[in-house]
Amino acid sequence: MSHTARIERDNAWPEISFEERIGTAEFRIHEKAHITVNGDSCRGCTTRECVVACPANLFVPTSDGGILFNYENCFECGTCYLVCNKEGAISWTYPEGGYGIVFHRT
Amino acid sequence: MTAPAHDFDADIIVVGAGPAGSCAAIAAAREGKSVILVERGPFPGSKNMYGGVVYPRILDELIPSWWETMPVQRWVVKRSTMLLSDTGALNVDFRANAWGAPPYNGATAYRPDFDNWLANHAVAAGARLVCSTTVTGLLRDSHGRIEGVSTDRPDGDLRAPIVIACDGVNSFLAKESGLYPHTDASNFTLGVKETLALPKHVIDERFGVRDNQGVDIEILGGTSGVNGGGFIYTNLDTVALGVVLKLPKLAAQQKRPEQIIAELKRHPAVAPLIEGAEVKEYSAHVIPEAGLEMMPTMVADGMLVAGDAAALCLAAGIWLEGVNFAMASGMYAGQAAAEAITKNDVSSRGLSGYTDRLEKTFVLRDHKKLRKVPHLVLSDRVQHKYPAFVAGVVERVFRVDNPHPKPGVRRIVREERKKAGIGLLDLLRDGWTGMRGFG
Repeated sequence: MSHTARIERDNAWPEISFEERIGTAEFRIHEKAHITVNGDSCRGCTTRECVVACPANLFVPTSDGGILFNYENCFECGTCYLVCNKEGAISWTYPEGGYGIVFHRT
Repeated sequence: MTAPAHDFDADIIVVGAGPAGSCAAIAAAREGKSVILVERGPFPGSKNMYGGVVYPRILDELIPSWWETMPVQRWVVKRSTMLLSDTGALNVDFRANAWGAPPYNGATAYRPDFDNWLANHAVAAGARLVCSTTVTGLLRDSHGRIEGVSTDRPDGDLRAPIVIACDGVNSFLAKESGLYPHTDASNFTLGVKETLALPKHVIDERFGVRDNQGVDIEILGGTSGVNGGGFIYTNLDTVALGVVLKLPKLAAQQKRPEQIIAELKRHPAVAPLIEGAEVKEYSAHVIPEAGLEMMPTMVADGMLVAGDAAALCLAAGIWLEGVNFAMASGMYAGQAAAEAITKNDVSSRGLSGYTDRLEKTFVLRDHKKLRKVPHLVLSDRVQHKYPAFVAGVVERVFRVDNPHPKPGVRRIVREERKKAGIGLLDLLRDGWTGMRGFG
């Protein structure tokens, strides 16, 4: 395949946006957050393992050096607390029974 | 079924209705014990995701002729191992059509279907299944002995002399009881996958199968330089494609998990298989990957740990198994718990029938035999140098470069090894570890 054809082919098959991607999973959202992030610990963190590793992209750096966190579309996988190097920055539990991620064809 | 002692709600509380929990509940209930099976999801399997193949042979003991009712997508009749360099691929295929007929070998299945089916067997055996209930901790009596679990339901304490923790890879119960002291990120991988929709006949044509025959492809390389691997499994009208990524390596670079999947999908050996497929479901789960090295103590007074909670997942390169280890360990935990209730000794000594069974069967024997393999497979050389080295050698062996005569294979191996930056001693050492490791 020529280089141009290759690019056309890639364009004909675009990667879906993250919103569309996460929209394919079902989340039954409880009003109470099951994960909390301690903003003070995050402000001093330079490595920010959670930001790149969280498969649901729930950790977003803010311009003032903090981390904005959203628990709602969480897969409950545990990656964030496992990769985090800051003691006590991420408090992690499971959501209320019946809530959270609901898989179907996994 | 015997009634539990006066202040207990059951003889045994099983936490988590995945394959370990349901098999524990089936085994204990069949021995006449009263069992409560607690599941935090709205239905069994709703929190569970895996690569995509289950090997149910161990179910012969609990559910004879399981294949007649099990919710199967496809029976795996073709296993491929794919080695990816940047643009090349080496594929080793094995086909056994006999695996597509009774007594079968492995099958692709959706975990919400499979786990629900297994939990129904627990209910049929007499266990009480309680869904939408999150266990929040262990209950202890005034002497510190475990006597049940607390839950997030109002008045939700559940009391029993034995708790079997089948609460998955993050097992808060094993951690709370002190059985699982260390959770080093390097023992875990993150699995992310896409369930991709394609018409059944397209899957049949692209993967070379028909009817309910299925394919299992394991991939080394193609994970954007992050230690791990990839997989492709065929379901009836979807293809499961994903990657497993070693956590510290994933966290130490810049590509996000879904970008790594996207790159694998663009690889010239992968793209034609899934072209035009629509993402139906994106999912993620953590995997206990380090085998024997990370296993917790599995027995305490009044408590047993099974399945992913006990890190019973075999990630040994060509063997990627977990559901079978979960089902077996769950079954043995259920049997040992029933024995302990019968002889009225729920101390760790009274429960030691569990570890005896694990030691005698494939559950720990496979893990002991293959103890060095998980580390070798995820090592930097195997991950970053060998796929390109092997693909380079094979490319030159098959390339016809006339008028030049064919170079000797030994020369090709030497030159490609140097090009890939692999020292001769390292190659010999890894080969030796591999040969011994696979025993």
